[in-house]
Amino acid sequence: MKKKYSIFSIAKNALKGHKDWPKMWRSPEPREFYDVIIIGGGGHGLGTAYYLAKEHGLKNIAVIEKGWLGGGNTGRNTTIIRSNYLWDDSAHLYEHSLKLWENLSTELNYNVMFSQRGVMNLAHNEHDIKEIKRRVSANNLNGIDSLWLSKEEIQKKVPIMNTDNLRYPVLGASYQPRGGTARHDAVAWGFAMRADEMGVDIIQNCEAHQIKTKNGKIEGVETSKGFIRANKVGVVASGHTGVLAETAGIRLPLQSKPLQALVSEPIKPIIDTVVMSSAVHAYVSQSDKGELVIGAGTDSYNSFTQRGGFNIIEETVRAMVELYPVFGKMKMLRQWGGIVDICPDASPIISKCDVEGLFFNCGWGTGGFKATPGSANVFAHTIAKNEAHKINSAFNLDRFASGKLVDEHGAAAVAH
Amino acid sequence: MLIIDCPYCGPRDQLEFSNGGEAHVKRPDGSADIGDREWGEYVFIRANPKGIFYERWVHSHGCRKWFNCVRDTSTDEILKIYKIDEERPKLDSFKNNVKTPSGEPNLGSGNFTVKK
Repeated sequence: MKKKYSIFSIAKNALKGHKDWPKMWRSPEPREFYDVIIIGGGGHGLGTAYYLAKEHGLKNIAVIEKGWLGGGNTGRNTTIIRSNYLWDDSAHLYEHSLKLWENLSTELNYNVMFSQRGVMNLAHNEHDIKEIKRRVSANNLNGIDSLWLSKEEIQKKVPIMNTDNLRYPVLGASYQPRGGTARHDAVAWGFAMRADEMGVDIIQNCEAHQIKTKNGKIEGVETSKGFIRANKVGVVASGHTGVLAETAGIRLPLQSKPLQALVSEPIKPIIDTVVMSSAVHAYVSQSDKGELVIGAGTDSYNSFTQRGGFNIIEETVRAMVELYPVFGKMKMLRQWGGIVDICPDASPIISKCDVEGLFFNCGWGTGGFKATPGSANVFAHTIAKNEAHKINSAFNLDRFASGKLVDEHGAAAVAH
Repeated sequence: MLIIDCPYCGPRDQLEFSNGGEAHVKRPDGSADIGDREWGEYVFIRANPKGIFYERWVHSHGCRKWFNCVRDTSTDEILKIYKIDEERPKLDSFKNNVKTPSGEPNLGSGNFTVKK
């Protein structure tokens, strides 16, 4: 049954003490066979199942997840959404996603709290200015809203920012008004609920152990709940995609590293936009609860520990205190790491491979959250049609043989 | 944060070192004759295991010498450090903490740091 949320259902359930809310999705045991198995129950995986069911009429789909829904990088990122990427291929992909974000709450009838509060990327030196102005121009040619802000305009928008009295002064910024943030859990839950309604089996606590193939064709997935046969398998396991690919004898150009973030104690509204700086490495927005959500960098070494080194946090906090001296006495509440899979060109892989029926959506590195609906949408197309959508055709695996890379190290914001 | 035992200078803070990625990567022989795909694999693809990983470090802010290291990427525990010209230690001489390819170790991952 379709679950509808409205102000009336909230009022009705409030009177009953919120005890009668229906379960958002079933928890079925896996069947023996599925047309499509998606490995990874984060936003990208659940979204893929949703679009497969909704736009491609597939019904016999399972999403298997090692832990709980959205407990990986979907729940560990800083929820920044923007599409101001340099190259045409990336700009089209991220803009496709941004357009889906703009209508996602309505489409899912579930509030993903998408807030278009604008995203600013700061320039701290001559090179930054040239690079960012070039990117603004490239964005405008691709029809993406992006503009250059002078120092004075930045000061007007973010009065608490220290623009002059610091080692790397703020000289200007790019600004994308349609960018912003969203509620990370809600994205996973909204996709999960609507996919479940269309018959998708969402199976949590089910770890993929081995991707089984035979004569160059997919057979199924060996899981902690037994072997499940499938016609097609889509792997969307972020940091663990590489180790899963390896079980099918496929080597992917991915390196897994911790990417860290932290949140402060909640305070009254003080910053109403998203400010990113890749040069001094700090980016910040304020959540609706009032916490500052602060993004730090990746560790230099490969690791799966979801923790990361303290030096990374130290660098980011140092930059934060310089940029916003008013935050100097704040206490931080929590710090965590998510394991991101980084591609050599800082662009994702949304592609089929040599094994018939096996598909990968990975390599999102440090910036996958913003792409959630767009990535899911074109990945569903790729799986359903056995060929890439024109939006993700450049993000294939062949580019690492042909050399036709999509180098987005500049726009990726987190240096790696 | 790691304490790395430089084979030349002794134990130092990780901040003094830079990571050099996978160790023992060999440039393919006869590079003029091999295809784009094989060459692409050599250029772009590196091992990325969850568990025992052979990697290189350089003591950038110290003696500036390169050396090799065996580290468990599921716990970050450093298992062995050896000089660049020493033989690669055998994989089965180390205990693997991860029973499945994407499984969690009993202790040491972010989720289970303090579990005893």
